[in-house]
Amino acid sequence: MQIQLQWIDYTILLLYTGFVIGIGFALARYMKSSSDFLTSGRSIPTWVTGLAFISANLGALELVGMAASGAKYGIATSHFYWVGAIPAMVFLAVFMMPFYYGSKARSVPEYLKMRFDERVRALNSIAFAVMTLFASGISMNALAKLMNQLLGWDYNLALWVCSIVVLLYVLKGGLTSAIYTEVLQFFMIVLGFAPVVYLGLKDVGGWDAMNATLQGVAVNPAALNLAEPGITYGANAWTSAWGPLLGGPTANPMGVDWFAMIFGLGFVLSFGYWCTNFLVVQRAMAAKNMTAARNTPLVAAVPKMIFPILVIVPGMIAVALTANPGKNYRIPPPVVAEAAYVHAVAVVKSAQPADPAAAVKAVGAALGKKVNGDKVTALVAAQAAAPMPDAQIKEGLYNSIAEYDYDGVILSLVKKYCPPGLLGLALTALLASFMSGMAGNVTAFNTVFTYDLYQAYFAKDKSDAHYMTMGRVITVVGILLSIGCAYFASMYNNAMDIIQLVFGFVNAPLFATFLLGMFWKRTTGTGAFLGLFGGIGTSAMFHALTIASGNAPGVKGGYLGVAHSFPSEMAQNFWLAAFAFIACFVLTAGISLATARTKTDDELKGLVYSLTPKIKDTDQAWYQRPAVIGSVLLVCCVILNILFW
Amino acid sequence: MGLDIRYPIGLMFSLIGILVTVYGLVTGSNKALYERSLGININFIWGIVLLIFGAWMLFMAIRAKKQG
Repeated sequence: MQIQLQWIDYTILLLYTGFVIGIGFALARYMKSSSDFLTSGRSIPTWVTGLAFISANLGALELVGMAASGAKYGIATSHFYWVGAIPAMVFLAVFMMPFYYGSKARSVPEYLKMRFDERVRALNSIAFAVMTLFASGISMNALAKLMNQLLGWDYNLALWVCSIVVLLYVLKGGLTSAIYTEVLQFFMIVLGFAPVVYLGLKDVGGWDAMNATLQGVAVNPAALNLAEPGITYGANAWTSAWGPLLGGPTANPMGVDWFAMIFGLGFVLSFGYWCTNFLVVQRAMAAKNMTAARNTPLVAAVPKMIFPILVIVPGMIAVALTANPGKNYRIPPPVVAEAAYVHAVAVVKSAQPADPAAAVKAVGAALGKKVNGDKVTALVAAQAAAPMPDAQIKEGLYNSIAEYDYDGVILSLVKKYCPPGLLGLALTALLASFMSGMAGNVTAFNTVFTYDLYQAYFAKDKSDAHYMTMGRVITVVGILLSIGCAYFASMYNNAMDIIQLVFGFVNAPLFATFLLGMFWKRTTGTGAFLGLFGGIGTSAMFHALTIASGNAPGVKGGYLGVAHSFPSEMAQNFWLAAFAFIACFVLTAGISLATARTKTDDELKGLVYSLTPKIKDTDQAWYQRPAVIGSVLLVCCVILNILFW
Repeated sequence: MGLDIRYPIGLMFSLIGILVTVYGLVTGSNKALYERSLGININFIWGIVLLIFGAWMLFMAIRAKKQG
């Protein structure tokens, strides 16, 4: 699926690279203290922090992963936005930012130290620092692989060049540089992918025609290899967000029930990510004042609400195109080595049309993939009737593979619709999404490492210049470690699965700790610390005793026995989060009641809701108040859910 | 902090907009090139959009500077 770039595409790519590095250099002279470098000196306007807030989350997962989910699950993928993001962002803005910003904490782990004690901070900061490095590495590995498969670029070259570009602008301009370039990247992503969505929708005949096609697909998804043979859904499975979900896990392609969706995703996972993950919260903490900090997630919520058009609809377009043979498109199959294709071509040439079953089996074995029997039989018959050139047989084999690489959806549409020029813009947008993800991870890592680990435990009373230098050194170290993680991810795929699994265990209960810490003054450091461990232990035990149907016991769960089988991995993950949250909440509350408070009411002022003077917002017009804006956003969210019910 | 981000954003999108628009104008007669974009000269159209966006960003930055 390689793409040939023209001079204009490279020019756009170089222009973008020049500008992001230029921003870093332009900001270098403003970096006078460690606070400037690591926290932007709390000086950035709302619209900038708001767009950076959303852009830091717009990494590879969003663009590539959500388009893949759009193809697999249809419009129900929007739950990750309208249920799994907007309510949490409004909650963060209205209720939590006053504590994060008002406490003058420089990071989320530092807030935990002020609210609880050093143990909770250490646990959170170490877990977060390691996690961001792996997240950055996984993202960069995906980028380098894509560039290798798509453009034929050398894996090492792609990995190092992109990392060095990020290093240059972050090293020069610190967090401010990352935030400013994230705004530029946000516009690049929107303007780079919007034409692809427009052309795709036009090609499938518009929104209504696409829905009509998808309704035909839903009643027999196995015909397109979108589900196992024998599985059927209601006609609205790909085109309704809630209807199929209310029918139970077997009635929707996600395999999830409504309670797991609302409580597991919409509350535990969503609030755990948007309200406690320093990667995004850091953007709001860099705002110039309390009002700007509170409005940051609200500004971000507006594009977040309409992003499904840009990232989910392409996946739905891909399914509609695949269902229409006249469009000469298929969702790309998994990558097959050239040697396997050569072998399979030889098998087709030597196959006997009189024994189609043997031919299908031999071709499947040669490719190492599940193949469509009818298509292979037709290919063998055509070859026997009139010998074809190898390239034509290879194309026939490509189209006969009955498996999909859903992550290739967005790029296959870029390739299908973008002429030179627009192609350069779309690929630059893709590159921008990876870079914003990496820069976000690295800036969050260097702040947490410098303030919460280095300053807290290794060098308490050094000069500000020392911490500034340390911040720069840690930026370089962070990038190098990210590159190391990328190589690790490329070599040990299964090990990365286990590492991500462990991070899932650590993150699932985290929101319970914050919720109790911010809204119940009786919560103690011991309760929070042991409660977190209890939540992590519950996650691990839940995973060890449950499995998703179709998976073998092992990394995917069930390795201590199968107490319950879920219809899908997604359902298993949502329920795991729910159990971990409840365990952490109950344990933290129980242990807190059994242990003595170590912080007085005075010490908790500005850190706990009941002990903090309420912000009146009287200096703002009523329609500019965060609570009002947040309410409007929630109403819009409800309307969207009803429109796509 | 010092730099108004609208300047680099406006300048970059204006430059890309000009580049893509001119490329669309020059290659507009090449039907084969635009077959994949459903026969639409998408470079010319989208180049104009990028140019307008970039110019608007620059205008906003200049206006903010004038207003201090």
